[in-house]
Amino acid sequence: MKHESIEINSALLIILTMVVISIGGLVEIVPLFHIKGTVEKVDGIHPYTPLEQLGRDVYTREGCYLCHSQMIRPFRDEQLRYGHYSLAAESQYDHPFQWGSKRTGPDLARVGGKYSNEWMTQHLIHPQSLVPESIMPSYPWLMQPLQYGDIEARMKALRDVGVPYSINQTEYEANVQKFGKAMADQFVISNGVASVKQEAAAQNWDGNPKEITQMDALVAYLQVLGTMVDFSKYNQGYFSTFR
Amino acid sequence: MSANTVAITAEQYNYDIVKKFAIMAMVWGLLGMSAGLYIASELAWPFMNFDIAEITFGRLRPVHTSLVIFGFGGSALFATSYYVVQRTCQTVLWGGKWLPEFTFWGWQLSIGIGVILYMMGYTEAREYAEFVWPVDLGILVTWVAYAMVFFMTIRNRSQPHIYVALWFYSAFILATAILHIFNNLAVPVAWNSLDSYSLFSGVQDAMTQWWYGHNAVGFFLTAAFLGMMYYFLPKQAERPIYSYRLSIVHFWALTFLYMWVGGHHLLWTALPDWVGSLASAFSILLLLPSWGGMINGIMTLSGAWEKLRSDPIMLFMITAMAFYGMSTFEGPMMSLKSVNALSHYTDWTIGHVHSGALGWVAMITIGSFYHMVPRLWGTKLYSTKLVFTHFWIATIGIVLYIVSMWVAGIGQGLMLRAFDQYGNLAYTFVETVTFMHIPYVVRALGGAMFLSGMLLMAYNLYMTVWGTRREVLPVADQSAIAVSRT
Repeated sequence: MKHESIEINSALLIILTMVVISIGGLVEIVPLFHIKGTVEKVDGIHPYTPLEQLGRDVYTREGCYLCHSQMIRPFRDEQLRYGHYSLAAESQYDHPFQWGSKRTGPDLARVGGKYSNEWMTQHLIHPQSLVPESIMPSYPWLMQPLQYGDIEARMKALRDVGVPYSINQTEYEANVQKFGKAMADQFVISNGVASVKQEAAAQNWDGNPKEITQMDALVAYLQVLGTMVDFSKYNQGYFSTFR
Repeated sequence: MSANTVAITAEQYNYDIVKKFAIMAMVWGLLGMSAGLYIASELAWPFMNFDIAEITFGRLRPVHTSLVIFGFGGSALFATSYYVVQRTCQTVLWGGKWLPEFTFWGWQLSIGIGVILYMMGYTEAREYAEFVWPVDLGILVTWVAYAMVFFMTIRNRSQPHIYVALWFYSAFILATAILHIFNNLAVPVAWNSLDSYSLFSGVQDAMTQWWYGHNAVGFFLTAAFLGMMYYFLPKQAERPIYSYRLSIVHFWALTFLYMWVGGHHLLWTALPDWVGSLASAFSILLLLPSWGGMINGIMTLSGAWEKLRSDPIMLFMITAMAFYGMSTFEGPMMSLKSVNALSHYTDWTIGHVHSGALGWVAMITIGSFYHMVPRLWGTKLYSTKLVFTHFWIATIGIVLYIVSMWVAGIGQGLMLRAFDQYGNLAYTFVETVTFMHIPYVVRALGGAMFLSGMLLMAYNLYMTVWGTRREVLPVADQSAIAVSRT
C-alpha cells in the first residue's frame, strides 16, 4: 500500500491514527490493574477515617500537591530525610493520587507523627513563625468551621470508586475482619457525621475544642500520612520483590 | 500572496471564527502569563500571597497552567486549525455559522469558569487536568463539535490530497479526546456538587494521569503545533517543506511513540519498574521523530537563510524549531533513570517545560500570528521593527528563565543528596529553599521580559487591525470587525 492512499482518504487516516495512538496506553496501563504485586501485599493499610478524608479534601482544594510530593524514592538521602520509600499499597485508597511532581517544599508521604498537632497548626497558620526561611503561604482561614454535612455523600462516592466504606451489615463485618472493629465503625457511611464529630473531639487537633475546623481535618490527615505500615515487621528485601 | 487574492478568500472562507479565536488566544495569553509571573514572584517574595486564599500559589498555579495551555495554546490551535483546514482544503468551514460559533463559546466559557472555580478552591487536583467535572463535560461536548467541524471540512475538501499539517491537527484532536475522557473518569459527590473522586486510585491513577499529562505535551503542545509549523513556516519562507518523506516518517513515529513515555514522570516511584523502563526506552526513541520534525522545519529555509536577517517572523519560527530541538533532546536525557534521580521533583523540570512552552509553543504561535493576523484582516503588519524588538526581549527572557531553573534545579538536586564526612545529610531541606531565592528572582525577571514581549505583540497587532488607516476593505470584512469589537 502506498502512503498516498492514506493521504487521500480521511476515514483511513483517522482509523490508522486511532490505532497508532491507542497501543502505548493499552500496553502500559491495562496490565497495572491485573498484574498481582503491582500493589504490594502488606498489613495495616486502611481507608481514611471520615475526618481524615475531609482533611484530604482540604489538601487537594488548596493545591498542596503543587509544592509537596507524597512519594519517597528508594535513595539513601530520601531514606534519611523522609523514611522508608513509599509503597504503592500506601496510596491504594487515594482518589485521586497525590504523589506530586515537584518539591518546592519537602515530601509529606511520612510526615504523620513527626510533628505535634500544635506545631502543625501553628505552621499552617504562619509557617515563618516556625521556619523563618520558609516560602510557604500562610493558611489562617483553615481555622474556619469545617463543612461536613455532605460527608456521607462523599463516602458514598468513594465507595462507588472502590473504597470499602460500608452500607450494610455484610460489608461492615468484612471491614471488622479486615481493619478491626474500631476502624470498621468509622467506615460505616450512615455513621459519617457522628464519626467526624467523635474523631474531632477525641483529639484536640488544632487547640480549639469549641469548633470543628478545617484545620482539625487537615491536621488529622497529615498525622496519618505514612504511619499505616509497621516496617519493622518486614525484612529489608521483602518489598523489593514487588518492584 | 497579493492583497487581491486575500480579499477574495476573506469572503469565501469563514474567517470570522478564526479572528475570534485569535483575539481570545491573545487575551488568555496575556492573562495566563501574568498569572505565571505572579506565582513566580510569590516563590521569590512569599509575602505576595497576602494571606488571601484565592491568590495563594496552590490555587493560582492551575490558573496559570490552564490559561496558557488551554486558553492561549488551545485558542491559538482552534484559530490556526480553522484557518489551515479551510485554506488547504479550499473549502469553507463545515457546520455553517453556528457550529464553529458553538465551539468558540464552549471553549471560552469552559476555561473562564474553570479557572474562576480554581480560585474558589474547586479542583480535581490532577496536574493539567484540574477542571471540575461539569467543566470537563463542557470541554468534551465542545471537543466533539470541534472534531465534527474539522473532519467534515476535510471530507468536503475540493482537492484529493490531505495536506501534512492536517494530519498533525487530526492526531491532536483524536488523541486529546481519548486522553481527556480517560483521565477525567470520576464519580461526583452529588449531581449538584462540584467535587468528585477519581475512578482510579494510587498507582493506576498515577499512571493514567501521567499518560495524560505527557501526551497533553505530546499532542496538545507538540503534534498540533507541528501542524501549525507545517503550514505557516513554508508559507512565511515561501518555499516548499524540506522533505515530504521525512514528514510522513516522523508523523507516524511521533504519534506512536509519544503515548508510551508518560511513565518517565514516575521513575523511581511506586510505579512498577517495567513501566518506567519501557517509558524511558521510548523516550530515547522519541528523540528521532522529534528531531525529524525539527530538521524538516529548519531545512525548509535552506537556500534562503538571508531571510533570518530581514524577516523577524522567520526568526521567531526558526528559533521556535531550535528550542523544539533543544527541549526534545533535554527531555529524553531527563528520562534516563540516573539523570531523573537528580532532576525529578526539582525546578529543572519546570525549566524544561518552559523551554518547550515558551521557546517552542509560544514562539511558533507568535510567528504564525504575525503571519496570519494581517491576512485575516486584509492589512499590513503595523511595525516590523516591533517584531524584532519582541523577538529579542522574548529570547533573552527565555534564556534567563531556563538558565535560572537549571541552577535552581540541579543545585537543589545536588544539595539534597550531599552527605558530610560522617555520612549524615549535609543540608536541611530549608537550606535548599534559601539557595533557590536568587534563581527564583532571575526566573521572575525572565518571565516578566517574555510577558513584556507579548504586550508589545498585542499592541502591534491591535494597531495592525484597528489602529492605522487602511485601504478600503470589502463590506463583509468591515462588519466582521464591528462584530468582534463588541
